[in-house]
Amino acid sequence: MLLTLLLLPLVGAIAVAALPKDLSRMLGLGVALATLVVGAVVAVRFDPDNGMQFNEDWTWIKQFGVHFALGVDGLGLLMVLLTVLLVPLVLVAEWSSPQTETAPRAFVAWALALEALSLAVFCATDVFLFYVVFEATLIPAYFLVGGFGRYGRGAAALKFLMYQLAGGLVLLASVVGLYVVSASQGTPSYLLSDLTSLDIGTDAGRWLFLGFLFAFVVKAPLFPLHTWLADTTEKATPGTSVLLVCVLDKIGTFGMLRFCLGIFPEASQWATPLVITLALISIVYGAFLAIGQDDILRLIGLTSLSHFGLITLGIFVLTPQGGSGAVLYMVNHGLGTAVLFLVAGYLVQRRGTTLISEMGGMEKVTPVLAGLFLVGGLATLGLPGLSTFVSEFLVLASAFDYSWWVGAIAVTTIVLAAVYVLWMYQRTMTGVGPHPEPGALQEHQTTTRDLGLREVLAVAPIVAALVFFGFYPKPLLDAANPMITGLLSHVGAPDDGPTVPAAATGSDD
Amino acid sequence: MPDFSKPSIEYAHLLPLLIVFGGACLGVLLEAFLPRGRRHLPQVVLTMATVLAALGSTVWIWQDTNLKDYGDASARGLVGAEGSVIVDGPTIYLWGLILLFALAGTALFSERRLEGGVSAFAGQAAALPGSEAEREASTRGLDHTEVYPLLLFAVGGMLLFPASGDLLTLFVALEVLSLPLYLLSGLARRRRLLSQEAALKYFLLGAFASGFFLYGAALTYGYAGSMSFAGINAAVVAGNGDRTLLLAGIALLCVGLLFKVGAAPFQAWTPDVYQGAPTAVTAFMAAGTKIAAFGALVRLLYVAFGAERWSWQPMLWVVAIGSMVLGAVLAVVQTDVKRMLAYSSVAHTGFLLTGVLGVQSAGDLADGQYSSLQGVLFYLTTYGFAMIGAFALVTLVRDAGGEATGYERWAGLGKRAPWVAGAFAFFLLSMAGIPLTAGFVGKWAVFTSAMSAGAWPVVLVAIGSSIVAVFFYVRYIRLMFFSEPAAGEGATVTMPSVMTTATVAVCLLVTVLLGVVPGPVLDLVTHAGEFIR
Repeated sequence: MLLTLLLLPLVGAIAVAALPKDLSRMLGLGVALATLVVGAVVAVRFDPDNGMQFNEDWTWIKQFGVHFALGVDGLGLLMVLLTVLLVPLVLVAEWSSPQTETAPRAFVAWALALEALSLAVFCATDVFLFYVVFEATLIPAYFLVGGFGRYGRGAAALKFLMYQLAGGLVLLASVVGLYVVSASQGTPSYLLSDLTSLDIGTDAGRWLFLGFLFAFVVKAPLFPLHTWLADTTEKATPGTSVLLVCVLDKIGTFGMLRFCLGIFPEASQWATPLVITLALISIVYGAFLAIGQDDILRLIGLTSLSHFGLITLGIFVLTPQGGSGAVLYMVNHGLGTAVLFLVAGYLVQRRGTTLISEMGGMEKVTPVLAGLFLVGGLATLGLPGLSTFVSEFLVLASAFDYSWWVGAIAVTTIVLAAVYVLWMYQRTMTGVGPHPEPGALQEHQTTTRDLGLREVLAVAPIVAALVFFGFYPKPLLDAANPMITGLLSHVGAPDDGPTVPAAATGSDD
Repeated sequence: MPDFSKPSIEYAHLLPLLIVFGGACLGVLLEAFLPRGRRHLPQVVLTMATVLAALGSTVWIWQDTNLKDYGDASARGLVGAEGSVIVDGPTIYLWGLILLFALAGTALFSERRLEGGVSAFAGQAAALPGSEAEREASTRGLDHTEVYPLLLFAVGGMLLFPASGDLLTLFVALEVLSLPLYLLSGLARRRRLLSQEAALKYFLLGAFASGFFLYGAALTYGYAGSMSFAGINAAVVAGNGDRTLLLAGIALLCVGLLFKVGAAPFQAWTPDVYQGAPTAVTAFMAAGTKIAAFGALVRLLYVAFGAERWSWQPMLWVVAIGSMVLGAVLAVVQTDVKRMLAYSSVAHTGFLLTGVLGVQSAGDLADGQYSSLQGVLFYLTTYGFAMIGAFALVTLVRDAGGEATGYERWAGLGKRAPWVAGAFAFFLLSMAGIPLTAGFVGKWAVFTSAMSAGAWPVVLVAIGSSIVAVFFYVRYIRLMFFSEPAAGEGATVTMPSVMTTATVAVCLLVTVLLGVVPGPVLDLVTHAGEFIR
């Protein structure tokens, strides 16, 4: 089942690359939709209380103790669903954008390759396999950033790749270290199930943990390793940014949950103060950076810094509410930011600039665009009624639970997010725009089209999901809760909420 | 008067060596008796046939079940030629590898389409550059076909080098492998002064290094009273000689061998020779010499000085760290693709040494864990294929002045020749150690050995230099795919003959396969076992 899920986009990518250009978009969309269907089937057959499921396991490199092992738990499933949902929408949104027009075949093929590798990351239950696909995602991402977007994208892609590979290589040191520890206690194995029961010494565990954490802090990103983020989202096409920020960066927080907490429970508790400090700085600093931006794509990119701070905070307070909130937040951030990026992309296409100071007055000209932009913005600032509210509330509540001052700092995000979102909306959508002369607005109105059907269709499912899960987050929580309680009982964090006893969940991760 | 007894030689198990040297002598005869214009085809056929026959006999020896087990069955093979040549698992594996790269080298040597019907070697090496004689040789379309016997002699030396069982054979092999390479480096058709300078530099420094090696051999003999590795090992284990002699001997022997592998601080020749030599020679030399010299270095250190490893491991720490850092940092500032690859090969030497210093006694290894030797062998495999492939592609990117190796010339190549640029990018990614390429598995293997042996500082430096290395590799990918060349500055790709194409294709295929399913080759490497002590 999972193998089909991975192979489908991979084969699709190769097929797109091999077949004529005219077919690329249709074929790519077809493959992405088929993958979505497979993902949906996995979701329907998934049993939240059953731990790791759909397990598949082949010996891959016997000499290294490496298995090609796949499986999903609640967390993995949610990430898989987010990925398979966003990829077809990105393909639709970028259907005829001028930046991907030049080489549609390459764009579609790389996007599908990225989808396949990201899915493999979320499904891998072998650390070596995880590492391999974790690094391999960078190649399609690099070509997507470097090949499509604005002037200076080559440098941005290089910066992106350097940061990510640096993080990845530090992770390699830890992966190698895991092998050494595993070999010293018998037959070396990289299976997650073997590693979680490994007796890693305190010192070794902490060093290895730091390697993992470093890679995930670069990936997520958190302060101070975030500087690639804004440059990349500024230069890349909005579609690429969605794939990077909404899907690929989730690997960072996903990895913290699955590997940092799962393999190094003691070190995770030990590092909590450090990680929470980084998260808090990211939350506040990211928000201020976003407020100060004039480039709309940079701004949206930097809002994610703040959000990833919140997600990490939710993970490392080590409470069930925080953990569930973080998992939920990962999904919701993916949805909300995707709307913002895609609609901002439409906006940039219409105005021919990314500078907020040169926009304005779009509300009257393109009401649908403005409306969708507002929904995306409100989702980003966590308005009650949209799904992000639930997750943000859970994270903030558990932050207060952890310590009042952590909560007090984190809660500023509500105000700061309102400032950057609403101010951005005001400057781009309301008013008369940068051309206050009488005739300009009218001319502008007649020449600028509102969103077409395709463009709306690319965003509508996400908006629907935001609203639906805002009122009814239960499906998401049902998937996340058992996995989180199982994980936290493994970490040994004090349970202080109404949670199921650990024995009943019996998670095998 | 002592009795003279005829030495017993295991001809069957030394067959690859005999075939290669025999083929080389035959090639010299062809040079003597065939008219100049008709030598090329027979030479190519003879060289190919020789290498293939040697490869076949290597495979046969590999499968020979009569080989004896040594040292609780961890090693398998025989001590041949009265202890001078040791045919064990690692030797046979390295033989196979060297012969494969010799095949690739022959294919690249025989490429004649790129230069418009002549080879990449000088028409008449004796003619002064810029002289009338040179012009005449060029207009008559002369060719040096001596390169094929030279290649075979070098291959013979390479085969003998990692198989040597005593210091004298080791030295003879070193010279047999080096002398033809000195000559081949100076034979470029274009930029002849650069090529001749490279050859002279290589020769002088190489001769100097040989001197160090000989001095080291003499001192070691003074300590151990024996030239054979087994004898030296016995003396080291007994430990009642003069330790100063031993340590000085180890140091001087290592200078000679580290020079050959191009480790810092003996790397100075690498960029100049790699750049100046004809690219086909560079490709062959980069892969073959490194493999042979690492085989010899590892055998010397593990077998002869294995009991003394606490003395040489710290030295290798320093050399490995120096090579990685120096290679990676200097590669960043290179503006010539061949020099960039040369410095990156220095960095790779450092990575390989990281594997070498990760030696542990068999008791320390876990069940199913593989040894540092096997990690090094696997890394050499991945490295060789990527290097040959990359250099073969360098020969294709040309402008009016021959190969265009300048950095700016490669701008926008991805648009003009997507296949060449894509393949080159893939080789670079493999050298950078990106997962799903062979280089990653190789890196993983050597890093694990070093980490297991507790050499984590070296591994951390290796990780750091890998990050730097990624930068200069990816810079080329960016240049090829995301940059526009200045008007009229971009080099173009010349269609090569099937020989070069096949070489590149095979290297590419191996690099992909070893990255995705390294299992079978790792099986081979594991099956090779350990050295006979």
